[in-house]
Amino acid sequence: MTKRRVVITGLGAVTPLANTVPETWDGIINGKSGISLIDSFDTAAFATKFGGVVRNFDITRYIEEKDAKRMDGFIHYGIAAGCQAIEDSGLEVTEANAERIGVAIGSGIGGITGIEDCYATYEKSGPRRISPFFVPGNIINMISGNLSIKYGLKGPNFAIVTACATGTHNIGDAARLIKYGDAEVMIAGGAERCTTSPTAMGGFIAAKALSRRNDDPQAASRPWDKDRDGFVLGDGSGVVVLEELAHAKKRGAKIYAEVVGYGMSGDAFHITTPSAGGEGAARCMKNALRDAGLNKDDIDYINAHGTSTPAGDIGETHAMKAALGAHAYKVAISSTKSMIGHLLGAAGGIETVLSVLSIKNQIAPPTLNLDNQDPECDLDYVPNSARNMKIDVAMSNSFGFGGTNGTLIFKRFD
Amino acid sequence: MSNVEERVKKIVAEQLGVKEDIATDASFVDDLGADSLDTVELVMALEEEFECEIPDDEAEKITTVQQAIDYVEKNA
Repeated sequence: MTKRRVVITGLGAVTPLANTVPETWDGIINGKSGISLIDSFDTAAFATKFGGVVRNFDITRYIEEKDAKRMDGFIHYGIAAGCQAIEDSGLEVTEANAERIGVAIGSGIGGITGIEDCYATYEKSGPRRISPFFVPGNIINMISGNLSIKYGLKGPNFAIVTACATGTHNIGDAARLIKYGDAEVMIAGGAERCTTSPTAMGGFIAAKALSRRNDDPQAASRPWDKDRDGFVLGDGSGVVVLEELAHAKKRGAKIYAEVVGYGMSGDAFHITTPSAGGEGAARCMKNALRDAGLNKDDIDYINAHGTSTPAGDIGETHAMKAALGAHAYKVAISSTKSMIGHLLGAAGGIETVLSVLSIKNQIAPPTLNLDNQDPECDLDYVPNSARNMKIDVAMSNSFGFGGTNGTLIFKRFD
Repeated sequence: MSNVEERVKKIVAEQLGVKEDIATDASFVDDLGADSLDTVELVMALEEEFECEIPDDEAEKITTVQQAIDYVEKNA
């Protein structure tokens, strides 16, 4: 049997910059920030008062209002990005192919705002006022569940949960399912909404994870800059349509890029701190390279994890050097989190979308706010302006709490 | 239309996302597209609106708009 290959044929996005893929990409390559002050709850007592908030989003473009009000917003974002990706792919679901199309869209945290709201109802009115839609409206696999119901997708249906590596692991594992023969098409990615949740914001603040640059929120996400002070929480979703190559060719689908490599690793070190020297992340990138059958110097561009935390940015820099050797200095590296913040479980989803568009358009997005590079971070991070360049192979990294790592490698498809 | 009928129909419309006029004899499941979870939440909304508590065994008998109106007029 010849090896099955997997290509990307559809893209969907909801981000703090915009609620479609073309508008988000336009903002990204023009170095626009989508960060703003949080206004969904009173942030007066919070050390961080801003985030990557999704604006002007209308879920009723995708589903009925009656259904929408029974789901947390993270599900809305995932459904919207999923619908966009399916529409973009031109895929038609028929009786003949439905069982061969699946969904794998996860979230790092899930319906935390919905959980808070339900608990407030319970405190105020007691257990009889807890909605029967509380559980199905907030659990993490309900983007996959709702999309399958909406489109009649009867293939594999699941949602991987691995903190900030969620989106990457869902896409990587979904691609593997296609390669293994369990499906011809998988709708995969991640979604998140935490800036609306006082407890989520409070928890990340308590962990000293978030930037506190309240006087200038749009300058707060500044990966590899010496004045970085933590990440910026962002909301949204990134979803792609993964498709077996012959299946895509047969229906004349447009092909954005091929998924050629996927690697994973565990740090086995600490619940929130990356392992010394980025050792776990380096193994992850090496695993992806081996899976792709590519050499270090085949990598042209890396959409880095690059969260703008003091420790994480140094760790990933060390990891890229450990994985790529001297070639690490020749690779263009950027963090699109500098513009949209850190979308946690959605990060790997949206960063896959952006990596694929980097290949398609032959443009490396910039790292915004990189004004004074940290001397310990001495690679080429494409500061502040997008770069037109040859990108045949792009890598995307995601690392999560618990020491979970994921790397995807995409290749130009002609 | 009685005040109770109007309020019941308003709640049914909101809960079940019905945009058209609602017939008094309409069945929640057969005519208005409700599922089992919808009907549970609908009863909760009626309890809230009419400040009453509908026991589960009574709630199960409320399957049409008319039955809801009758229950409220008799008990609330």
